[in-house]
Amino acid sequence: MNNDVPVSSRRQLRHAAVAVLGAVSLLGLAACGSADPTPAATSSPAAFKPVAQEKGSEITVWADATRVPGVQAYQKTHPDVKLKIVTYSGDANGANDLQTKVQLFDRTGSGWPDVAFSANVNDGTWASQGKTPYAAPVNQDVIPQSTLKGFADGALNPCTFNGNTYCVRNDLAQNVLWYNKKLMDDFGYSVPTTWEEYQALGEKVVKEHPGYLVGTAGDAWSAEVYFWASQCPASTATGARKVKVDLRDSKCTRMAKLLDSLIAKGSVSKDTVFSAGFVKNEASKVLMLPGPSWFGQVLFNSTFKIPKGQIAAASPLKFEGDTKNYTGNVGGGLWFVSSHSKNLKAASDLVTWMATSDAYQGTAGTYPAYKKAAVTWLANQKKTGYFAEDVSPVFMESAELIWPGWSATQYSQEAIYSSTVIPALNSGKTLTDTLDTWQTAITDKAKSLGYTVN
Amino acid sequence: MTTHPATERSGGRGGRSARNPVGRAGYVFVSGYVLLLLAFGVLPTGYAVWLALSNSRNQLVGMGNFTRTFADYRFGPAFLHIGLYLVVWLASLMILVVLLALMLHGRMRRTSTSLRFLFYLPGALAGVASVLLFLILLDPAASPVGWLLKSFGWNTLAQVNAPGHLPVLFTIIAFWTGAGGWIVVMYGALNSIPDEILEAARIDGANTLQIALRIQIPMITKWIAYMLILAFAAGTQLFVEPQLVSLASWGMIPDSWSPNQLSYQYAFQAGDFNGAAALSVDLLVLGLACAALVVFRTGLFDRDKG
Repeated sequence: MNNDVPVSSRRQLRHAAVAVLGAVSLLGLAACGSADPTPAATSSPAAFKPVAQEKGSEITVWADATRVPGVQAYQKTHPDVKLKIVTYSGDANGANDLQTKVQLFDRTGSGWPDVAFSANVNDGTWASQGKTPYAAPVNQDVIPQSTLKGFADGALNPCTFNGNTYCVRNDLAQNVLWYNKKLMDDFGYSVPTTWEEYQALGEKVVKEHPGYLVGTAGDAWSAEVYFWASQCPASTATGARKVKVDLRDSKCTRMAKLLDSLIAKGSVSKDTVFSAGFVKNEASKVLMLPGPSWFGQVLFNSTFKIPKGQIAAASPLKFEGDTKNYTGNVGGGLWFVSSHSKNLKAASDLVTWMATSDAYQGTAGTYPAYKKAAVTWLANQKKTGYFAEDVSPVFMESAELIWPGWSATQYSQEAIYSSTVIPALNSGKTLTDTLDTWQTAITDKAKSLGYTVN
Repeated sequence: MTTHPATERSGGRGGRSARNPVGRAGYVFVSGYVLLLLAFGVLPTGYAVWLALSNSRNQLVGMGNFTRTFADYRFGPAFLHIGLYLVVWLASLMILVVLLALMLHGRMRRTSTSLRFLFYLPGALAGVASVLLFLILLDPAASPVGWLLKSFGWNTLAQVNAPGHLPVLFTIIAFWTGAGGWIVVMYGALNSIPDEILEAARIDGANTLQIALRIQIPMITKWIAYMLILAFAAGTQLFVEPQLVSLASWGMIPDSWSPNQLSYQYAFQAGDFNGAAALSVDLLVLGLACAALVVFRTGLFDRDKG
């Protein structure tokens, strides 16, 4: 009796399993469609049709912890506006929460935040795509043209797709040459103006003051600091979802060789500036450091704790053969207005205030993308007295020097550099050795997201 | 073990609840679990299977999504990574957990209670929190065991996180966070072995090693099999560890290191839920196949022997 039951229940189980398997394999055989994912519909320049508007309705704002106090300040000065503030990661450090959630909202058909901040400068690439792109084209009667014209030249490039502007820029992260003026004066060095002089100084410092550094190649954004400035075609958009990747170009190899020689000599570190080890042991030995404008306060002041009056910024370097110096850009936040918003007026007003007002941007931690706010911001920086010299001329100059041949893509160049190139560097390979692997990694990733690579 | 439900069922379904009120209470107890299982286990699985077989326009595509994801350049490496990890993880889990449980049970009766508590403690932390702790441990500059890492010649986080070290690193994290619970379970299993048997063995002249190999381990095989099934399923779904270690190291670990991460990339970077579902069905089939193998080889569900 006892044996009967397991056998019969096992038989039932087997029957059920066979039935389920049969059903699934029937479904599997009944193929009639193509397995290709939805061809990524490129955003058409067709007129933007807002959803039915509800005047005075509540709007939801997603922002990161750094930006939330700004939104709260807006609420204080605009008490009539109904705001629901949600703090989220802000897509910083490679997170992609906004995209993740928007993908889910697209499936359920509701829930999109009316306004979203993103620290990932690439987020415009997906937010402007799809059947109904998440981002509203703000140039189509959402934010006035006069406001959009007030941004620094090229600042809205990562927001511009097919002639429409899908976001506004919160801040610029133009790269400059940071240096420790006190150390440079003590050693009797003058600040280089070309990459050749930079390399010579990097070699000299190894002999005269070993242990001091002129740069780091182990940051996720190293590609955007060195290779972008070298005008390396690693990420050049040639059309809608078409990108050119050519790391064997001489503009890439020249930078790879320069860094390889300094890494081998020891004046360029393979570590990242934010690693605990670097902050502890190397921070006081940074003589020069090409890097974004936010390095000044965020890295040198808050993280490295370099005392007041030592750090200064110089113009981006140029190669001797080039006619002009170019620089790159590391991040820079974006503000989106949702195309699904029922209160576009309130949403666009908030975004405009956050991105352009002196009240918020003038005292923000990062360099404002809006030109008028940037002037106020620079004046405030001067007042803090942290820098050894006024950084205003350099910041304003380099904001206009960002090489336009490096485009925002749906994939992150930073993620590819840090998962492909940095481990290779740490295993003893040189950058020049790694260019082919790096090229393959970018190409594969781009293709997997539906890009045409040439 | 008990013949009660068996006789009940063969006696016909009709009068069961009337004759046996205990059976009705059973349904009540199980109902909560069944509801949750349906809502969060069976339905999502069914939905995943449907998604895997269709495209975004709701047309059936057969095996299309499976062949498409199989051909992805990240598919091979992801499954290779997880395969290596599973080898290291399952082997160390089986050997160390059984060994520690045996030692607790036999040799260290006096300190056993506090040791069991110590082993279990990391598992009591929320999974993500304990991974976060490891982010500090792995950085030679910040880690309290930095000297150990440096003695291997690893002076920076980048050197610790080298691609070849990852399966072992994740095993250490997973062992530390998860093995304690299993040690307690194995200890309980060892306790269920009647003392008479162990005594008889001792009288027959068996030493500790012989008792462990010939009596204790064979008698807890089913528990080990059970652990193996669950650890295999959890191991193939590795996600939190690579994701968090990657974030902490500024992306030094590829965003699709494990199949589950690849699935996540499909769904949330490419917006391709069908491809993502195909990958998760791959993992489901793997997990079921492994479970079936272990269940039938060890007779986990055989009642008469239990």
